[in-house]
Amino acid sequence: MTRDEMQATILRVLGEIAPEADFARLDPQVSFRDQLDLDSMDVLNFVIGLHTAFGVDIPEADYAKLATLEGCLEYLQVPCAAART
Amino acid sequence: MPTLGADMQAGTLVEWRKQAGDRVARGEIIAEVETDKGLIEIEVFTPGVIERLLVAPGEQVPVGTVLAIIREDGTSAETGAAEQSTTSAVVAPAPVSTAAQAIPPAVAPPPTAALPVAGTRVRVSPAARARAAELGIDLSTVVGGGPRGVIEREDVERTAAVGEGRAGAAPAGAPPETATSERQTRMRQTIAAAMARSKREIPHYYLAQTIDMQRVTAWLGDANARRPVTERLLAGILLIKAVALALREVPELNGTWSEEGARLRSDVHVGVAIGLRQGGVVVPALHDVDRRTVDDLMQGFRDLVTRARRGSLRSSELSESTITVTSLGEQGVETVFGVIYPPQLAIVGFGKIVERPWVVAGQVVVRPVVTATLAADHRVTDGHRGGLFLAAIDRLLQTPERL
Repeated sequence: MTRDEMQATILRVLGEIAPEADFARLDPQVSFRDQLDLDSMDVLNFVIGLHTAFGVDIPEADYAKLATLEGCLEYLQVPCAAART
Repeated sequence: MPTLGADMQAGTLVEWRKQAGDRVARGEIIAEVETDKGLIEIEVFTPGVIERLLVAPGEQVPVGTVLAIIREDGTSAETGAAEQSTTSAVVAPAPVSTAAQAIPPAVAPPPTAALPVAGTRVRVSPAARARAAELGIDLSTVVGGGPRGVIEREDVERTAAVGEGRAGAAPAGAPPETATSERQTRMRQTIAAAMARSKREIPHYYLAQTIDMQRVTAWLGDANARRPVTERLLAGILLIKAVALALREVPELNGTWSEEGARLRSDVHVGVAIGLRQGGVVVPALHDVDRRTVDDLMQGFRDLVTRARRGSLRSSELSESTITVTSLGEQGVETVFGVIYPPQLAIVGFGKIVERPWVVAGQVVVRPVVTATLAADHRVTDGHRGGLFLAAIDRLLQTPERL
């Protein structure tokens, strides 16, 4: 999966949780919570969505690493690269 | 058309999921209805065979309108007056201006029920009638917020203010408001009516208690570390379960108020306040909370939030709550001063779980704590019983593994 494909998948998962969000204006370095007004349940659903889409197990202690778009791309890069090889 | 909470006046039938002649079971979804709160799935309460569908898709009808006739099992098709006794309506007729006595007591009587409908009498206070004439407001466009939906002076003024706001906000040639923004405006008005009624009629008293959450957070961290992501729990579900169990000890906070007084309930259906990002709030019910496991409740809660965001809640979820729980800690709020959702008897608020200095055995230590608040109806309980209820929540949260 390329970085662009990863980003598209992440935003698709996010879109299911916050269908009203405008991703064109999403700052990749600012937390989703702050930009999209997500709550704990939204965050949990987002992590479940990533788990399903990328097939990775995400411990609760790692949730903070998935707070921004950049964070997600970095976190998911390793399992995605492993899947390619 | 069922009344789906204290803030609904009418609904538009979108689609029939069943047809005349179909057999339906209790709890089965028969239709989809568009309301201020989005698409709501209407469930059947009486098993039987659908005899007739009375409302066509696209039609908007007021709360109380019969949508379909179901012939109950064990009865045969008859005509005329006999039909009345052998069939049951999908929704009992409840003419909106007299809805309070016609709807089941567990259902929130619509405080905004004075939606003008042909054939029903709209009740208007003399002051409101005079003010409407003064402002040139058509009373048929005013939503009544008074007892039993009576239109009062302030309802007329609110309608006038909304009219001015709209006119002022829309530049010449601007496109008409979208359905979504109209729905939001209606939702705002109806929430306003329900909350104004609450503040006017319910003598609230307020209590707060700070609760040590050390054991809850430790238990939760440990439990979630051993669970796949799809089965993890949120602290909020433990709080909701603790509220439900505490109600067994102080049951007079669980139920609804009517003119005859408090009607206490043995079932605990917790309305969970879900804020909508576009504005507004919905309070669907989690059913039988005291009897379900936290895992089962968590799945139910996830499902409710997902459907609330999507706008596809079910009729029973919007009309059967016996108490409300609201958690506003997501952005840092520590203390919630709740407004009771009529006709319920109490609302419990939780703030953010924060680390604070806490004294344990004479030593100051850092502990995660949460402030639990209760706003309750003084006509039914006093502060002493409310205090026992909050103390019970605290005690129950000290043994999270037993929740």
